[in-house]
Amino acid sequence: MDQKYGWTGRILKIDLSNKSYEIIKPESDIYKKYIGGRGLAGHYLRPFCHLTWDSPEMPLLFFTGPLTDTASPSSGMMSVVSISPLTGTVGHTYAGGNFGTELKRAGWDGIIITGISDNLCGINIHDTRVEFSGAESLQDKTVSAIFRSLPDEGGAAATGPAAENGVLFSSIGFTGDYSPGRCGLGLVMHAKAVKFIHVKGSGSTAVYNSEELVSARGDILRLVSASPALMGEPGFSEFGTGALYDLIHSRRMMPTDNFRSTRFQDAGILNAWHYKNKFNPVKAGCSGCHILCRKMSEDGRAVPEYETMSHFTALIGNSSIDIVMEANRICIEAGMDPISAASSIACYMEINNLIMVGADLIRLLTDIAYSKEDGNLLKLGSKKTAEILGRPEASISVKGLELPAYDPRGAYGLSLSFATSTHGGCHLQAYAVSHEILRKPAVTDRFTFTGKARIIKLAEDLNAVLDSLTVCRFIFIAATIEEYAKVFHAVTGSGLSGQELLMAGERIFYNERLINRIRGFSASDDDLPSRFFSESGSSGDGITIPPVPRDEFLDARARYYRIRGLDSEGRPVREKCIELGLECTD
Amino acid sequence: MHRLIDKYSRKMVSQKICAEGDPVFGVLDDATIWNSSADEIEILGRVMRGLSINSILFSPAAEPYSSIIDYLAEFSTDINGQIRPDDTETRTFLHNIPVVKTFTADEILSGLKKRKGVIIPGHGIVTYGTVSPEQAFVTFSSICFSTFVKFMADYYYHAMGIIPMKGNPEPVFKKAVQWYRDSLSSATNSPSIKAPFDSVEDVIQAIIEAGRLTVESGMVDSFFGNISVKYGNTIYISQTGSSLDELAGCIDPCPLDNSTTNAITASSEFSAHKSLYNLTERKSILHGHPKFSVIMSMLCDDIPCVNRGQCHIKCSRKRHIEDIPVVPGEIGAGPDSLSCTMPSAMKGRGVIVWGHGLFTAGAEDFTDAFKNLVDIENMCFEKYLSLVEK
Ligand SMILES: [Zn+2]
Repeated sequence: MDQKYGWTGRILKIDLSNKSYEIIKPESDIYKKYIGGRGLAGHYLRPFCHLTWDSPEMPLLFFTGPLTDTASPSSGMMSVVSISPLTGTVGHTYAGGNFGTELKRAGWDGIIITGISDNLCGINIHDTRVEFSGAESLQDKTVSAIFRSLPDEGGAAATGPAAENGVLFSSIGFTGDYSPGRCGLGLVMHAKAVKFIHVKGSGSTAVYNSEELVSARGDILRLVSASPALMGEPGFSEFGTGALYDLIHSRRMMPTDNFRSTRFQDAGILNAWHYKNKFNPVKAGCSGCHILCRKMSEDGRAVPEYETMSHFTALIGNSSIDIVMEANRICIEAGMDPISAASSIACYMEINNLIMVGADLIRLLTDIAYSKEDGNLLKLGSKKTAEILGRPEASISVKGLELPAYDPRGAYGLSLSFATSTHGGCHLQAYAVSHEILRKPAVTDRFTFTGKARIIKLAEDLNAVLDSLTVCRFIFIAATIEEYAKVFHAVTGSGLSGQELLMAGERIFYNERLINRIRGFSASDDDLPSRFFSESGSSGDGITIPPVPRDEFLDARARYYRIRGLDSEGRPVREKCIELGLECTD
Repeated sequence: MHRLIDKYSRKMVSQKICAEGDPVFGVLDDATIWNSSADEIEILGRVMRGLSINSILFSPAAEPYSSIIDYLAEFSTDINGQIRPDDTETRTFLHNIPVVKTFTADEILSGLKKRKGVIIPGHGIVTYGTVSPEQAFVTFSSICFSTFVKFMADYYYHAMGIIPMKGNPEPVFKKAVQWYRDSLSSATNSPSIKAPFDSVEDVIQAIIEAGRLTVESGMVDSFFGNISVKYGNTIYISQTGSSLDELAGCIDPCPLDNSTTNAITASSEFSAHKSLYNLTERKSILHGHPKFSVIMSMLCDDIPCVNRGQCHIKCSRKRHIEDIPVVPGEIGAGPDSLSCTMPSAMKGRGVIVWGHGLFTAGAEDFTDAFKNLVDIENMCFEKYLSLVEK
């Protein structure tokens, strides 16, 4: 594989302990095996994965993919990877906005940051020039204040007060992206004493065959136009991911009262249409995307994503849109994951039998970000909070990562994917919402585990490829790997077919399972909170939401292990490592 | 999974795209389930293991599809060995259809690594699914449809002396025409649920009935098509990826003001339906892909036209087939979409979208929409025959 096209062939490796950097030029075989983004980052994480998340040698990795900064549709994403302070697993988060595009234009496929700076610093990357600056004056500043202090041009990443105050689900904020990421990687960045990274590129990414790319792009745009979820009048382009709110509500799987029920009576007055009417938002989005699923209100605030809309209403019993807007703003400005924040609050409310609304809710959320009062406890996430308070079952998390706004009793493939995900309760690693709820690429029965083990395994491989290419998974509600293989060929000149890309996805995912195995994870961690197996959801309107059948779940998980090539305890095995060309550690 | 395999095997037979007992389905979770002990499953199993898929389908196509497919595979492939029909189903979902020479795992894999289905002349078609055998069924059905349409469109230019076909297409043509005539001959029932509708439940039952009858008429395949009723300030419309003959539980209520966004699972033509309701007084819409309406829409003698090859979005002529306008337009909500062209053209019995399908709309219930769909397709069939047999 020739890195003349698509990739820059260069990775920037920074050592903060002496503020130096070097250039890594990976062999083409590495690109072929790991593609870019999440895959390449996982490859460079692997040798250090036995270390604690805050040890100096632990790398923090920012990786773009071969399609970033080209005309490939919705390819402006980027992956950030390290060990998660919240879960202890491999931690991966997606970043939209323009950072990845700028990084690529500056001539880098990715950045590996190691070491710890002796002062709070900023990293300034302008093409091949890399400089370090003091950032002490930015201490205590909100994420947007930090961005305002940086040059307008280019892209930036920054941590906010949440990371400074040790919130385990701190996120890294990115310019142009308004959905703070998961897994607490902001805290890893803070542990390295990096306040911000600013990157500006003046180059462009070479494309193997522009004409072929135009044609391949056309095939994808045609499919996107035909997608009601993406471009339809009620879809993401018009309403953002908040368009899911009514649908999840009508499917009776909206997590309510800390997952004690699955239907929120006030959902009708809290849907995306009400935000649209009230805030008259304009469209925004990542570099190179025409779907523009992000929404900004007239007064410049981000309109929340579906998960935030749902968790800051149904999960905690709030019926005020203004409170949701404010909570979303606080999470963005403080730099913390709204899913984990809301879920930790819901857990705390359940344990203490509290009802909190309005200003009390906002105060508690702010206290988390600033580590005050009970926020000092909740900043540890719901799992540790519940353990400390002696009610571990009240944390609705997998591997310590709080579940997003889809009740697993409402979609069984999704429930399996929460368990098998390499970083815990995340719906995006297999995005079963696509076939179980959105009917794409075809409908599956959401109340059965039949066939789901393989479907989830294949989807995990696919999404690992997307995160490595790096392409937004939403576009795969409409397109398939078949169309993106054409794009991949047009950009890179590589002859890998869609099916061969999926094999790379299998390797990328297995590598993460290996990392988790080294860190001591096994089958007992691939499980859901006990509540879902013993308590029913909220049935009605002809829809019955029983508990997830435990034996069927375990049976599906066992099948998944066999299909994935893991042993009966969910651990990677030597033969499979050899098959995938991964180094094996016993 | 057995249930799904049985269901789609039955559908293939009732849609007359394969013969009873022919479809070989394999579905894989941690072990493969086959519905057949046919000799082919050894090779199909190898194909399955070479792909990241969960289901595979092989079947010989029924006549006349098998003759059409074999003819096109022999005489009508491009330099890459692919058949390239021009209709919307191909352009949007299949892109092109690879042809391989022999029924071997390696050759079938080479086709399926690139596309959703592959033709093996003299044998049949192999397709797959990644989450459901339904995908394999839909691709199979779509290949049959697209190759039929391509053959008939090509035959028109051949018969008119504009672009000759290679080999001897006559016997295939005769067989296909006779088959289509026979499949239309069975009397079709008209919808029994009439307006005025008393309740939402009435509306839903009317939609379910009209969808089923449309498929039973033999004129459209079940998967591609959509149907709706405007009732009060809400459009009740079939969901995306639903089948016209099984709409129970697959109808989304979509308020005209978008005050709920449930319609993210509605048909991709929701915007077109909504626009038509806004522009006219119609209350019901029926859309399917009847073959000769699609074929007729694609026939144009202006070979040197600057828009040729882009007719589906750029055709600027005011074209009609008898009284039925033909308009360009893509699926969905893009700037070139049919939602910008079809609704304003709906002045009479119906509108055909170039290379795509037929829309009809009724004043109250589905009585006239259904009748018009049947009449227009019959008219297009007769018109086609009169042209090529001139
Ligand atoms: Zn259509």
